[in-house]
Amino acid sequence: MTQSYSHGPDERGLFGPFGGQFVAETLMPLINDLAAEYEAAKKDPAFLEELAYFQRDYIGRPSPLYYAERLSEHFGGAKIYLKREELNHTGAHKINNCIGQILLAKRMGKKRIIAETGAGMHGVASATVAARFGLECVVYMGTTDIDRQQANVFRMKLLGAKVIPVTAGTGTLKDAMNEALRDWVTNVDNTFYLIGTAAGPHPYPAMVRDFQAVIGRETRAQILEHEGRLPDSVVACIGGGSNAIGLFHEFLDEPSVQIVGVEAAGHGIDTGKHAASMAGGKPGVLHGNRTFLLQDADGQITDAHSISAGLDYPGVGPEHAWLHHIGRVEYVPITDDEAMQAFQHCCRLEGIIPALESSHALAEAFKRAPSLPKDHLMVVNLSGRGDKDMQTVMHYLSLDEKAAEETRA
Amino acid sequence: MSRLQSRFAALKQENRAALVTFVTAGDPDYATSLAILKGLPEAGADVIELGMPFTDPMADGPAIQLANIRALGGGQNMVKTLQMVREFRTGNQDTPLVLMGYYNPIFVYGVDRFIADAKEAGVDGLIVVDLPPEHNDELCDPAQAAGIDFIRLTTPTTDDARLPTVLNGSSGFVYYVSVAGVTGAGAATMDQVEEAVARLRRHTDLPLCIGFGIRTPEHAAEVAKRADGAVVGSALIDKIAKAASPAEAVSGVLGLCRELAEGVRGARG
Repeated sequence: MTQSYSHGPDERGLFGPFGGQFVAETLMPLINDLAAEYEAAKKDPAFLEELAYFQRDYIGRPSPLYYAERLSEHFGGAKIYLKREELNHTGAHKINNCIGQILLAKRMGKKRIIAETGAGMHGVASATVAARFGLECVVYMGTTDIDRQQANVFRMKLLGAKVIPVTAGTGTLKDAMNEALRDWVTNVDNTFYLIGTAAGPHPYPAMVRDFQAVIGRETRAQILEHEGRLPDSVVACIGGGSNAIGLFHEFLDEPSVQIVGVEAAGHGIDTGKHAASMAGGKPGVLHGNRTFLLQDADGQITDAHSISAGLDYPGVGPEHAWLHHIGRVEYVPITDDEAMQAFQHCCRLEGIIPALESSHALAEAFKRAPSLPKDHLMVVNLSGRGDKDMQTVMHYLSLDEKAAEETRA
Repeated sequence: MSRLQSRFAALKQENRAALVTFVTAGDPDYATSLAILKGLPEAGADVIELGMPFTDPMADGPAIQLANIRALGGGQNMVKTLQMVREFRTGNQDTPLVLMGYYNPIFVYGVDRFIADAKEAGVDGLIVVDLPPEHNDELCDPAQAAGIDFIRLTTPTTDDARLPTVLNGSSGFVYYVSVAGVTGAGAATMDQVEEAVARLRRHTDLPLCIGFGIRTPEHAAEVAKRADGAVVGSALIDKIAKAASPAEAVSGVLGLCRELAEGVRGARG
């Protein structure tokens, strides 16, 4: 029997020892219903046709696979391709999943959508599809994230969503997810929880992956068209990991394709101020699944840190935890500083302003490219655009300048 | 006979329901929390639920969230929670004590080590919010094999088709979460409680304790007329939150406990 990496999870939602359905009893009947409904929808030609329609005419798929000639020349090694998910409607890969889930919500007769958001991209995508389908939308967002993502907060409100600030904990993505779960447990009858990443209780990790897997399917067809062969490596950033699993899944059973996931190392793994749950965490159970988590010796969840709000989460999707565990995917950390450098290279050399999340993937690609042969084909998932990050980048660069001045003085 | 079985059997003889109290271990600090714990039986608590603090109590409302934050801020951890149970047991051999919380601190402590240490400390049962029967092999099965009861939460969303799955392997008592929501929020009406008790009775002979939203002696008495136990948590914890001193926290919790106990004891008049 040949080993396949792409058939998980099992019927209990487990990827090896990871995943599962670790939720309160109130939610169990709901997630079982959702799993059954999703299984039916997957086999329903009408559902798949509607999904394809919205992917094409609303999101604007397929997204281009773009040869980044100037970046490739600059680093002088691998041939770098960018999968342009930032060109999707709403500016990131998040909408791929939101369209899929809202069609399910509609199918299940739900009237109200709740979502959690970190950087705000998933919140915006959720508010967008809720507006399109005429459903009430409530987005939970940590107060720290609200402060650094003002523009996205405003976008959500324009789209008719209610943004509820979450002050608990550090006011970031984890706390927003706790609060969304509390809302869901309270409003079980009419509410659909639109989880934004490939994490949470089964069936979410598999379902979100499936809705994002369009990224990898398109990439395969496009690279075959451009180059006549599969890529040698694919690279994507990991917060919860939905853009990454969307790109990776298509290539898991292609042994010639090297797969690299990039975690946010914040100030550096050794400083303790990071969001790299695989490099700096250990297995545990949170938000419905067993996965790698940032936690202390007592099993208390510790705060994540990343300059990128979208990666600022102390866990990772369970399929990534498993792929890490078995070694099929290599996971590496990239610091805030490295991501900011890569961000600037991409702006200056390609005229593309990437999201800070995606800049982590770019940074790893730029690290590897120079020592690779010129015929090495590398695909980097440009998962989102950086317009939302202007405030953070301005702040970072002004600190940088100050530090430089101080050094000169 | 386990402590839980003996206690519920004795209460049945007295023709009254149990007052089940919940406080978080280490809230607001170890010494105060231990003083509260030790005082609860004398103040009328028949069964004690002791919360194991966790940073991310996803099914809890603001009162218990804050209790967790206070306890963790005071340095509470699993070792200290088990030590607290040990110290409680030196002075009390009769009152059943159930640890309640979330799975991760147990998982990280190590399931086998946890079961052994909990058993040795004098823990009678476990309620783990995020371990549904789908994950019985994680903790429920080994805990029961070691003689620790595993108490299930059932909810308004647990329908008749699912109830057997949930109740299969339940022991000690059944905790009915009477409203879909977080702790400390709204309460069920007495009609809903009656209906739920009747429904659960068709599926189990275990004692039925009802919780969520019970705050006053009158309310506890109404529930005690209809079920085998009334669970009170957030209202007791509010006394700790509002206390100006540790002494006031102890007297506040035990004072309310006495009133609730009076309500429960007088319920079936």
